Amino acid sequence: MIRPHRHQPLWWAFALHRLSGLALAVFLPLHFLVLGSALNGEAVFDGVLAWSDFGLVKLAEMGLVFLLALHLLGGLRLLALEFLPWRDGQATLAAVAGSASAVIAFAFLFNAI
Amino acid sequence: MGADGGNLSVRIWKGGAGGRLIEFEAPQRANQTVLDVVTWVQRHRDPGLAYRFACRVGMCGSCAMTVNGKPRWTCRTHVAKVAQDSRLTIEPLRNLPIVKDLACDMTVFFEKWRDARGRFEGRATRYDDIECIAPETPARQAVDAGIECINCAVCYAACDVVAWKPDYLGPAALNRVWTLQNDTRDAAQAERLAAVAGEAGCHNCHSQQGCTTHCPMSLNPTASIAGLKRAVFMAALRGEV
Repeated sequence: MIRPHRHQPLWWAFALHRLSGLALAVFLPLHFLVLGSALNGEAVFDGVLAWSDFGLVKLAEMGLVFLLALHLLGGLRLLALEFLPWRDGQATLAAVAGSASAVIAFAFLFNAI
Repeated sequence: MGADGGNLSVRIWKGGAGGRLIEFEAPQRANQTVLDVVTWVQRHRDPGLAYRFACRVGMCGSCAMTVNGKPRWTCRTHVAKVAQDSRLTIEPLRNLPIVKDLACDMTVFFEKWRDARGRFEGRATRYDDIECIAPETPARQAVDAGIECINCAVCYAACDVVAWKPDYLGPAALNRVWTLQNDTRDAAQAERLAAVAGEAGCHNCHSQQGCTTHCPMSLNPTASIAGLKRAVFMAALRGEV
């Protein structure tokens, strides 16, 4: 349950940053497995990459791009917060990061299909 | 504002850490604060109810409680603003040990102020002239932005990092430190920076801004902590911490 004191945008920004980081960490072994298949020859690598032509895999890739963009842009916001002079409107910046991530993910999907 | 009439259904925490919520009916009044409700319950329904208050005008920081799940100063919180369907749930502040009912033990909160060296340490004596501080300087403006803390511990109760890591100094102590680090009359800034650079210090903050969201004085402890992080980083580059 999300406790009432957490009902504010920057708690959600924190939670999404943490969850996207964990999800990307979980994805990494799969990423290395795909890259590692190249050690068994070009044909094997191409065979594994062929999976990405399936619609569901494309959707999963879109999710991955969304998580990556969200974590990157959210991380940049945090770095700016910690290393540059303070600026108000952090909730707006977090919303911009989330929206831009969604745009990037959909752009990837439209480019891929 | 709300009007006279009707009843409030008020659930109030009774007992210590293993206590429970007890339901009371209290009359609803115009301009009624949450502290008014707690006081009415104590005077008319449960004389043994323990709670803490002093000034009743938002200056002393004594009366903070958890109201419908959020930490608030109860003397300045109107019931009409926070009641949901004429229902209130009033609990002690989170992240602090309960003495009894709605009264928390604030010892650890103030011990962290002490551990963070949250005390002004001047270098001038009574024989020196009073130092002129120009109000428009960036340092003084940083002090002004954080100085009005009333030690109510609302930010401390709102902070998830304190809940997850009880040693963390917390937003109030670190906000206090930031005001002292910007006070040109203070003589212990190097030692104070070292005190907040450690395991329990400013780098624990996840910038969730729960402290800033709930601070009744509209202070921004997250900005103060970010300032401390920058100061510690620069000091680390110089090999000072």
